[in-house]
Amino acid sequence: MDGMDRVETPDSEAGVCAVVQGARAAREPIEIVGGGTRRALGRPVQAARSLSLCALTGITHYEPGALTIGAAAGTPLEEINAALAAEGQRLSFEPLDHRRLLASEGAPTIGAVAACNLSGPRRIVSGACRDSLIGVRFVDGTGDVVKNGGRVMKNVTGYDLVKLLCGSWGTLGVLTEVTIKVQPISERAVTLVIHDLDIVAAVATMSAALSSPYEVSGAAHLPGAPSRTVLRIEGFARQVDYRLARLADRLKVTPDTLEGAAHDALWREIRDMEPFAGDTRPVWRLSVRPSDAPALGKALQERCGADLMLDWGGGLMVAKLPDTDDAGAAAVREELARFGGHATLTRAPAQLRAAVPVFQPPAPRVAALSEAIRQTFDPDRILNPGRMAA
Amino acid sequence: MSTIAMPEPDRRTIDRKDDIVAALKTVVPGAVISQPSETRAYECDALTAYRCPPLAVVLPRSTAEMAAAMAVCHKMGVKVIPRGAGTSLAGGSLPTADSVVLGTARLNAVLEVNPGDRYVRVEAGITNLAVTGAVQEEGFFYAPDPSSQLACAISGNIAMNSGGAHCLKYGVTTNNLLGVTMVLADGEVIQLGGPHADAEGYDLLGVICGSEGQFGIVTEAVLRILPKPEGARPVLIGFDAPETAGECVAGIIRSGVLPVAIEYMDRLCISAVKAFSGADYPDVDALLIVEVEGSPAEIEEQLEKVLKIAEGFNPVVLREARDTDEAAKIWVGRKSAFGAMGRINDYMCLDGTVPVSALSEVLKRTAALSEKHGLQCANVFHAGDGNMHPLILFDANTPGDLERAEAFGADILKVCVEVGGCLSGEHGVGIEKRDLMTAQFSAVDMSAQMKVKDCFDPKWLLNPAKVFPLDVSEAHRAS
Repeated sequence: MDGMDRVETPDSEAGVCAVVQGARAAREPIEIVGGGTRRALGRPVQAARSLSLCALTGITHYEPGALTIGAAAGTPLEEINAALAAEGQRLSFEPLDHRRLLASEGAPTIGAVAACNLSGPRRIVSGACRDSLIGVRFVDGTGDVVKNGGRVMKNVTGYDLVKLLCGSWGTLGVLTEVTIKVQPISERAVTLVIHDLDIVAAVATMSAALSSPYEVSGAAHLPGAPSRTVLRIEGFARQVDYRLARLADRLKVTPDTLEGAAHDALWREIRDMEPFAGDTRPVWRLSVRPSDAPALGKALQERCGADLMLDWGGGLMVAKLPDTDDAGAAAVREELARFGGHATLTRAPAQLRAAVPVFQPPAPRVAALSEAIRQTFDPDRILNPGRMAA
Repeated sequence: MSTIAMPEPDRRTIDRKDDIVAALKTVVPGAVISQPSETRAYECDALTAYRCPPLAVVLPRSTAEMAAAMAVCHKMGVKVIPRGAGTSLAGGSLPTADSVVLGTARLNAVLEVNPGDRYVRVEAGITNLAVTGAVQEEGFFYAPDPSSQLACAISGNIAMNSGGAHCLKYGVTTNNLLGVTMVLADGEVIQLGGPHADAEGYDLLGVICGSEGQFGIVTEAVLRILPKPEGARPVLIGFDAPETAGECVAGIIRSGVLPVAIEYMDRLCISAVKAFSGADYPDVDALLIVEVEGSPAEIEEQLEKVLKIAEGFNPVVLREARDTDEAAKIWVGRKSAFGAMGRINDYMCLDGTVPVSALSEVLKRTAALSEKHGLQCANVFHAGDGNMHPLILFDANTPGDLERAEAFGADILKVCVEVGGCLSGEHGVGIEKRDLMTAQFSAVDMSAQMKVKDCFDPKWLLNPAKVFPLDVSEAHRAS
């Protein structure tokens, strides 16, 4: 059951503090919600109250000449993207949109992207969301406002709590403002498409491409008959031609390229795991060493009939599994344990997400450290309790 | 007399020196240094104005030995100073008289080079440059390049989240660190991350990077390596006013070109460098070195754009390197800048970072502060990311000069914070900027950080008296 009995929608940081303090005084946990498109991600939160960030919006600063932008956490991603595009810039990490996969509605917010550390295909060259996030303000579980980081690209003043908050799924604090490093939009983007490689050849090809000096900014493998292995090159107009030719030469393939609207649609499809949208079967995201992807992928196919797609040069495996009573958790975690890495259950019915660990359980001492940190920022367990672990 | 206070050493610990050394020798035989004549070599790092020999130094040969030494210190309640190569400019590895230095100097093996998966696994005492050395035959390099890269250790780079000249494009240590093996304060060993991307729970790897040795000692690291670019070429652009150079930097960044480096030098620094290295720099008030990467054609395309923007700011000199030899000559001057300044006088090097749009204002205000404090200040820095390096010149032998330099430095850093920047962009806080933390952070901000420290090191034995003002950390621990 998702608790939405009472929704509070503060329009200021002070208002967020008041909501958190009120919840703490009442000993009533709160679910933190942005645009509400990802409420089915992570473990279900049991909370009678919810705190919506939808009224805490607006770009707080944007300096194109410094490649930095700051915004209140509830600012729709669309608004950020539009402001950046107007200056020829973008978020480098291509935040993924879960609406298609989870069949959800609403407007994704920048705060949720940061809280969940959501990164798309360009992660392999430009880093994850956590690498672009340079400053945060948040309200911890006691209602205190904390700031960390700032709006400069290099900052080693004090501990980096920005990283800690990024990917903490609202369990350490309610983000109220984020500051992000951005990048120029490339003049041109073209994708080299290679048909009908099996998973072994696909990973080898992607590794060769990513080991080249041509700055491949996307390397994915899509199932189908025939399969497609796609390599994205971005840059200045002439530079892209040069790099494509050299890359095709190096990989000994005939250039078959995609550009324009079809190209953009392809990378959106990969980013948002669209090949697996449209039904409700369990979907896992596995983060692995790329060279382990073929063997792991084969094991998952043979053992549970998984459908697979790869991104991040093979470092990210997205697996769709048949419906079972544990969403395939036992099989996924057992097979993964042979190689190392971690797996997150990205789509499953709420009762399964409550029953099996959605996130990879860390080693005991790491889990103890994480729990101590959670306890320190949210001593009464009122922020998204249970979202990451029971 | 210098102005940064250190706490009174714990006499009871010093009195137990023989027991402590004996216990350490039992678990790590042949790796303990305890003679005062030998521990003296560890009395300071690159912030040489502050010195204090430790009780003892241990240089373990394995993670297991490091863990054993740490466990002994923990059990006996002895403070630990983690040390890489001792190149910190912020006093990050300054010992106290009641502490044991645990160094990573002997942990310098390359454990695995994996070009296919684009990572290298190393023992963390290896030097920064040796990492690139280990992978360059495969066509790769390790991107973070602090000026001390020939000497500095990866363990120190991780502790301080070190940067370098080429961070504008490739990021700093935290963006290139995939995993660590770390010895915790009680001697237990944990693994964080690995050759795969992202954390499975909270990003503890992200928070230990830059924790200045106060959360544990990293003994092994998995580092991301990048394919070497086909080539790189710098261009020199000279201006008759520092402010114009600052504006040009923002103009270039805004244009869509992403140079790998944009370096800045002012007149005082240019003349010192010319005298020292023979670099053929023009006589101008401000000089930018802009470097772009790629194939020859790609370089042409990017430089064309850079030069077009620069021309809009009426530069007095525009000089392209025509070949690798000329490129090397351009860089040799920049890379020898600190050495060249050191020949003129003692200097204090700060690293406050500001939004690129504020560069001009901060340069102006630094000049005014230079007048006020009566000390010269040269500017040479990573302009592309706003990471300033004011070099305050003083004479250590003139009584009062160090104090004046420290006061001048504090004023500059306060300006950096005031315009939206921070105290330190890449050197870390250490002891040097410890007492200025209140200028950037509220009590709650610092408390949040110290609470994380409590989780990793409840007894506060690791790298004491760094990062937080002493009264702030004492009050926190008492509460």
